[in-house]
Order: sequence, then structure tokens, then C-alpha cells
Amino acid sequence: MRTVGTVFCKEVLDNIRDRRTLLSALLMGPLFGPVLFAFVINLSIDRAISSAEKTLEVPVVGAEFAPNLQRYLESRNMTVVEGLESYETAVESVKLGTHDLVLVIPAEFGEQLRNSLPARIELVSNAADTAAARDANRVRSALQSYSHELASYRLMARGVSPIVVRPISIDEIDVSTSSGRSAILLGMMSYFFIFAMLMGGMYLAIDTTAGERERGSLEPLLALPATRGRLMFGKILAACLFMILALFLSMVSFYFALRFMPLDKLGLTPNFGPQAVLLAFLMFLPFVLLGASLMTLVASFTKSYKEAQTWLGFLMLLPTLPILVASLLNLRPRTELMFVPSLSQHLLLIDLVKNEPINLLYVLISVLSTLSLGALLAWLCARLYRREGLLG
Amino acid sequence: MIRVDDIHKHFGKVHAVRGVSFSAPNGRITGLLGPNGAGKSTTLRVLYTVLKPDAGAASIDGKDVVTESLEARRVTGALPHGSGLYPHLSARENILYYARLCGVPRNKIDEQVDGIIELLDIKDIAHRRTKGFSQGQRTRVALARALVHDPQNIILDEPTNGLDVMATRALRKLILTLKDNGRCILLSSHVMQEVGALCDDIVIIANGQVAISGTADDILNDTNCDDLEEAFVTAIQRTGYDD
Repeated sequence: MRTVGTVFCKEVLDNIRDRRTLLSALLMGPLFGPVLFAFVINLSIDRAISSAEKTLEVPVVGAEFAPNLQRYLESRNMTVVEGLESYETAVESVKLGTHDLVLVIPAEFGEQLRNSLPARIELVSNAADTAAARDANRVRSALQSYSHELASYRLMARGVSPIVVRPISIDEIDVSTSSGRSAILLGMMSYFFIFAMLMGGMYLAIDTTAGERERGSLEPLLALPATRGRLMFGKILAACLFMILALFLSMVSFYFALRFMPLDKLGLTPNFGPQAVLLAFLMFLPFVLLGASLMTLVASFTKSYKEAQTWLGFLMLLPTLPILVASLLNLRPRTELMFVPSLSQHLLLIDLVKNEPINLLYVLISVLSTLSLGALLAWLCARLYRREGLLG
Repeated sequence: MIRVDDIHKHFGKVHAVRGVSFSAPNGRITGLLGPNGAGKSTTLRVLYTVLKPDAGAASIDGKDVVTESLEARRVTGALPHGSGLYPHLSARENILYYARLCGVPRNKIDEQVDGIIELLDIKDIAHRRTKGFSQGQRTRVALARALVHDPQNIILDEPTNGLDVMATRALRKLILTLKDNGRCILLSSHVMQEVGALCDDIVIIANGQVAISGTADDILNDTNCDDLEEAFVTAIQRTGYDD
């Protein structure tokens, strides 16, 4: 126990003295997530809000053939722009991207209306352009409601109630809470937490293995009358301490970042108050041992500091794979999924953020399976330290 | 007391050590002498239990280096070739770390650390971080670190490498002091003069085998040579060494 404690204290002291590494480990990881997140959220808020509130300019060919429609569009926060002459120039300008959409009203529009024939209007747009498609939708829904209005007048003129042509009335009831909608965006949170956590211990994991070997301090250390497994545990525990610190910092920074983001404008109300932060912290805590052991194990096999950095860079991506698959398949928490580290934490975090009840059995399985895998890897590290190949 | 009995060690296809045997008694300085790549370091690494021999046995104070490696390490202080220090720790902290790992009792630890700092004459740099130390300063701190648990057996792999004249002289003086205290000292070198001037017993290794061993006089008599350098060349040629 004294050996483990001695190694732990020394590695912690050593890491704290290495200011620059410490700063990058404890600040970069925890800040990277919230900053990127704030950037993405603000961008999507800007776009969503601006497109709904902005007056939409609708280029129209042949506006003079439909003065009533023109007035209707203007009442729906759109302005009609004239200047294009023909259907061909309209198509061309949309293809070239000069205009996002063009409305083409043929000369016979008025006559067809008068004769109660379906009056043709052409809406030219490029569906591959998301922003343009959103604008085209606005115009389309305006046209449809204009069409409904005309239909109602026609029926009333013939003494028929407009209700007759609505045999079915659809009432949509959306059960997704506003917290639920947050889940898609907040799904990335779990990866940021794991990333920050791994970053927090990465340098220590490298320094205590490949770094010691490169510096030439590993061989005298192994020549000491100390059990090698205990040296290893001390090193893993020191990495764990900094990973816990980084995890905590990243959660706190997320907590503050979310408070300053106008999420309510997107209809998002994530449940990430102090209590949820604490719960999330406890749910992610078992992953620390697993991460530390895994990084130490991988770094032990490498021959130099640089090689270790390369490998651990890849390793950082490993926990994303289950999260990525989960997002693609839209997986919901299931008993067997709780045995997969990183995936189980991700799914539990989503439920927590969505403010849905957390299944305690799931939490138990997640904690125990992650912890036992971590303990197994730590034991493997200790075994590895008895190998002489370690010295390279 | 260090005893090596017919040890062998392979690295892949390379047969680095092929049956080395010798013993290093207490109160004497034993020198392993040999050209580069002769198997000196490998032999020493087996002794301080970082490598396991493929065949043969070695023991320190009667503790087998394979089956009782922890006990063997407890009575040994080793200075591996190119020992690195922790640059963010001060010289004293480096030594203290090793003292704790060696299990020096808490109430004796300060006394022991300060004692070794005194012995190696590094008081003036004891509280400085070791980053930027000269090679001589580094070697002295590394040696202090290796000796802090007061081991009976001392293994030094090329200790004078990279040291200037003054540092070498200081180290030599220290080794002689340790010898007078009855310690068993085993050191390796490829510098003939150094071994000749310092060691009581010389073991010449070439091609992973012992070419000849004994006191300097024994070796001169055995090879019919007048000086050690010639004796060295004659001895290693017997093993089929080809330079």
C-alpha cells in the first residue's frame, strides 16, 4: 500500500509541476466541448430564427396576372419581386443560384380561376439546397392556404358549407417534451465528457510508461525492491485523479455554457441542473478506471513518447464508435446494451438529459460492467510490467 | 556477494550472453571489462533482475535473481546505463522517492536521504530541479538514489561514461570508500585504464563469454603480457573475437 501511495503522490506532484501539460490536459478538454457546442447551437439558432422572421423575397414571373395572390403573399410576410421575364429565365436563374426560388404565373391564370378550372402556378426551386427548400416550403404553404381560402369561398357561393369537404380532421398531438427534442443535439455531450476525461489522463499515461522508458528512468525504477504491479497501480491511480478532475471540470463548464445558450429559442430545455450534473458525474466515474488502464496498457506497448501519442490519438476515437452506432440506429436503453462501456453511459446520460426516469438496474449493470472491465485491464497492465520486453 | 553461474541470454536470434560465470566478493571491487556489445550490460541487467536468464543462475547474497528477485533487489543498489532522473523533481525529491519505494522506515528516511546527499557531495544542488543538471551532477544524483537504502551490493553499469576528469576522480573516491565499508561492488567499463586503476578483480568478457578473469597480476601472468591493454587484446582474441 505504501508503494502505491508513494508512486501516486510522486506522479501527481510531477504532473502538477509540468504546468503546460497540466493546463492543456485540464483546460483544453473541458473547454473544447462547450465551446464547439455553443458554436453549433448558436449557428442553428441563427438560421432557424432568421428564416422564420425574415421577410421572404419571392421573385415572380407574371405577377400582373394575379394581383390578389400578390396581396395575399404580402400579407404573409413576403414581398413580390418582379424583373424576370419568362419561365426559361426563371429556371436558369434558380439553376445558377441567383435566386433560391421563382414563382411562375402563366397568363391564363386569371381565366382558369374564373372558369373554376385548376389554375396552374409553377414553383421553381432547388430541393438539394436546404435553406432554399425551407423558403420554398414557406411559399408552398402560403399558396396552399390561399387555395383553401378560394375553395371555401366557392363552396359558400354555392350554398355548401366548407366543412363538407373536410371529412377527416387531423389533430396532431406531439408527445415529445421539449427536453426530449434536446436529446439529438445533446447526444454529443457524452462524447465530449469522455474525450475531456481521456485528455485529462493521457499525458500521465504516456509519461509513466513510454516517457519513463525514453527518459531512462524506467530501468532503475524496476531495479528497486518494490513490487512492479504496485508501481503500475500507483501510476494508474494518478492518471485516474486527473481524469476525474477533467471530467468534473468538463461537466461544470457544460453546465455554465448551457445556461448562457438561448436553447429555449430552439425549444430545447435540457435537464442539466446541479443535481443532473452530479448524477451524470457519478455515472461516468466508473469509466475513469477503464480509460486510465486502457491508455496505460496501450502506451506500455509503444516504444516512444511520439508513438504513444499517435496510438492514444486513435484510442480517443474508440469510445465514439458505440455512441455513433447508437445514434445511427437510434438505440434505446436495453439491458444488454448496458454491458457496453461508453454506450451505456451515453444512453443513460440521454435519458437523464431528457428528464426521463432512469432505470436503476441499468445504472447498476453499467457501473459494474465498466468497473470490472477497468479492473481487468489494470490487472493486465500490472502483468505487463513483469515482462522484460517492456524495456524495449 | 554476487555469484553468476553459467548464464545465457538470447535476444531473438542473437545469443548475447553464452555462459558467463564469475563471483564478486564483499569488500572488493570487481570490474567487468569488454568491448562494446560483449554482453556486459546484459549480464548486469540479469543481476538487477530486469532481465531473466534463459539458462544458468545468478544470486545476490544467496538470493536467486529469478525466484527471489524482490529479496535480491532489496540487498542491491543498481545504477543502470544512462539512468534518467525526473526533471520536474528536485535532486532531493528524486532521492526521497527511491528511499520510500525501497521501504526505508519513515522515522529514518530524512536521516538516510541527508546522509547520502552528504556522502555524494550534492548538498548545493539538492533543492534544485534536476532539469538542466550536468552529466556529472546527474550521475551523482542517480547514484545517491541507488544507494539510499544502504545496499550491501552495488552494481554500476558504465558509471564514468560522460564524466569529466574531476567527476571521475570523485566517483572513484566514493567507490573506494564503499569498498572500505565492506560492500560488494560490481562495475562495468570498456575503459581499460579505469578498470586497471580501480578494480581488485577483473572479468574480461568478449562475445558473451568470459575470456579471462582474476586480479590484474593474474591476467598479466596468464597472457604473458606486460601491460593490461595487450593482455586484454590477447584474451579476447582467444574467444574468437573479430574486430
